Amino acid sequence: MAPRKARTGRRVMAQVAMVMNLDKCIGCHTCSVTCKQVWSNREGTEYVWFNNVETRPGQGYPRTYEDQERWKGGWERTRQGRLRLRSGSRAGRLGKLFANPDLPGVEDYYEPWTYEYKQLLDAPAGDDMPTARPVSQLTGEPMDTITWGPNWDDDLGGASEHGDKDPVIAKLRRELGTKVRFEFEQSFMFYLPRICEHCLNPACVAACPSGAMYKREEDGIVLVGQDQCRGWRMCVSSCPYKKVYFNHATGKAEKCTFCYPRIEAGQPTVCSETCVGRMRYLGVMLYDPDKVLAAASVADDRDLYPAQLDVFLDPHDPDVVRDAEASGIAPDWIEAARNSPVRKLICEYQVALPLHPEYRTMPMVWYIPPLSPVVDALAGTGFDGEDAGNLFGAIESLRIPVEYLAELLTAGDTVAVDSVLRRLAAMRSYMRGVNLRDERDADIAGEVGLTAGQMEAMFRLLAIAKYEDRYVVPSAARADAQRLEDTYIGPGEGAPAGCEGAPGDTSDPVSDGRGAKVNLLNWDANGRPDGLFPPRTPGRVSGGAV
Amino acid sequence: MNTLDWMLWGVFPYVAVVVMVTAIVWRARYDRFGWTTHSSQFRESRLLRIGSPLFHYGMLFVILGHLVGLVIPASWTGAAGLSEHAYHLMAVVTGTLAGACAVAGLGILVYRRLTVPAVRRSTLGSDHLMYTLLIAAMLAGLTATVLVQIAGVGGEDYNYREGISVWFRSLFVLRPEVALMAAAPMAFKVHILLGFGLLLLAPFTRLMHVVALPVQYLFRPYVVYRSRRTPAGQPRRQLSGRNR
Repeated sequence: MAPRKARTGRRVMAQVAMVMNLDKCIGCHTCSVTCKQVWSNREGTEYVWFNNVETRPGQGYPRTYEDQERWKGGWERTRQGRLRLRSGSRAGRLGKLFANPDLPGVEDYYEPWTYEYKQLLDAPAGDDMPTARPVSQLTGEPMDTITWGPNWDDDLGGASEHGDKDPVIAKLRRELGTKVRFEFEQSFMFYLPRICEHCLNPACVAACPSGAMYKREEDGIVLVGQDQCRGWRMCVSSCPYKKVYFNHATGKAEKCTFCYPRIEAGQPTVCSETCVGRMRYLGVMLYDPDKVLAAASVADDRDLYPAQLDVFLDPHDPDVVRDAEASGIAPDWIEAARNSPVRKLICEYQVALPLHPEYRTMPMVWYIPPLSPVVDALAGTGFDGEDAGNLFGAIESLRIPVEYLAELLTAGDTVAVDSVLRRLAAMRSYMRGVNLRDERDADIAGEVGLTAGQMEAMFRLLAIAKYEDRYVVPSAARADAQRLEDTYIGPGEGAPAGCEGAPGDTSDPVSDGRGAKVNLLNWDANGRPDGLFPPRTPGRVSGGAV
Repeated sequence: MNTLDWMLWGVFPYVAVVVMVTAIVWRARYDRFGWTTHSSQFRESRLLRIGSPLFHYGMLFVILGHLVGLVIPASWTGAAGLSEHAYHLMAVVTGTLAGACAVAGLGILVYRRLTVPAVRRSTLGSDHLMYTLLIAAMLAGLTATVLVQIAGVGGEDYNYREGISVWFRSLFVLRPEVALMAAAPMAFKVHILLGFGLLLLAPFTRLMHVVALPVQYLFRPYVVYRSRRTPAGQPRRQLSGRNR
């Protein structure tokens, strides 16, 4: 590993991050299914979805995972301004090693089942149609009634009765007195695909008693060392997003790997690759690891989003580039950070927001909030849903979606969500002008603090960006190769020495720093090639006796 | 004192410990993936949350009590001013209490394992042998305490601190005083045999998780960083010193 200490003292680290554009999610669950086929279709992981798509409002998966009063996930700020895990002190957690009081049970996810498919083929001929009963994959017993599944409340199913169980809805009602309607035609909904957040300040890693969980230095991917995991289950309960799962067959924790074998090869994750709506973006973010703890410890929850923005570094800044190089980050990674669509959406256009920043884990999968509920509601009232004036007014008057989005993405700060939605609304109006009337109304762009050029670049990125624009993933191999190049000193051990040098050349030692190789076939017995004889030690005659 | 006595009290303890240590080292090196608690809390939590802490904390105190009773000679506690009677009273009271907790906890856990379908299905092959041995060893131990130590049946005035404890310590200097064990009451003999049997089998069962007790967690930085190129099992920790 190259030394990471930069001369100026500032260390720079790189993270492969993701942004999801919720406006474009159609809730098809293709990401979930392809992810499961690749990663969690084994015994012990039947109930595990590294990627899942929730309908919001809804309880989520596992049910009500956002209720940290109950599950004690993430970090909390003590009165002294220090961070500690919500599940208690280190010693306290060790004391709860034998029974974790905050661990979700199978009933909080769902009992996985299959069907007696064999019955359909093997049933003897008879008058009755053979049936395939559901069978529990945990007990092997038939299940009379399936009462919950991985996505039971999809598309607001049952929301008129169970909608209030959504922790965000419950909080809005409790703290703001907002009543969210779940009656038909009065409700709103959108989809929220979720994977592991690969946080900068991961609570799961901090809670692991065995030290099995770690964050990778090169790309920030958070992984479980399967050989070090001893199944203490603290990561499962400490992750506020409930994205670490317990494999009940192997007795080890498993989680979203950010498809690291693909990322290392410069390919997008499976969920990104297969996304039908093309709503996912992958790219490199540079950040200052020494600022993470302070940013995660700011007093006001609503300052966490700007504090995290402040942790990121601008790869166009020559100082940052110098420190990044000194920290061992390969040039093509720095280049990728410059072209990162994720960086543009998070830092330049500032339309992406972190999911539940109040958990203080500094998540790295960000979301562009959906404008569609607003446009739909507006169109439903007979107004032109894409007129900038109408839209700006509607964003403010439709309090419920904005407050709901703010609870999800900005710890309740509606101003930040409002600003994002205004930018998205402005982009719609601006581009409509371009497409219908061929006019570029710089006023619309200026009103939301962007230039006309940025407006069109943002439109291209959000609407029509191609594969290589959405996924800018530098391969680990090239970074390795560049590192190896730095240490190159000629053909190493094992290189065919006969290929080197012309015949008759008696001294073509191949130095690898530990001695040398000499091609004896080329040696004409004259001279003294390096490495053929032991070095002459001063003061001692070779082979001489005392 | 016959050959059987020698085999049981002079040879078997060494065999058990050698096998145990070898197997632990072997598993820690070559079967790290299989080394886990095999927790079934995901499948059932209500009974486990009562039974498991009761059993585990009970066992921790039981093990501590065994160490004190076996390792510290009677002359030392006597020199410290603790009379034999007072020591006996203390040991029997705390030992019985801890033992009762462990037995009650194990009872709940075994009941849970037998009656909850999801848990029963997750039972490993090695569990059957391990649970049987564990239950038998604990029952024999409690029998020895209650019958011999409290009621005085089968060995009036038997003082294990002058018999078993001396034999136990003699194992460490490789001169086992087999005669002392040959003269011990039957309940103790059974308990000790089962105990060493359990030690021998421990690394081949889920008891291997005892060796993983994560005390180092108290001293490491919160966030662990590791390089892609760091060999497994050697987490790099230099980056996170501040994050405590």
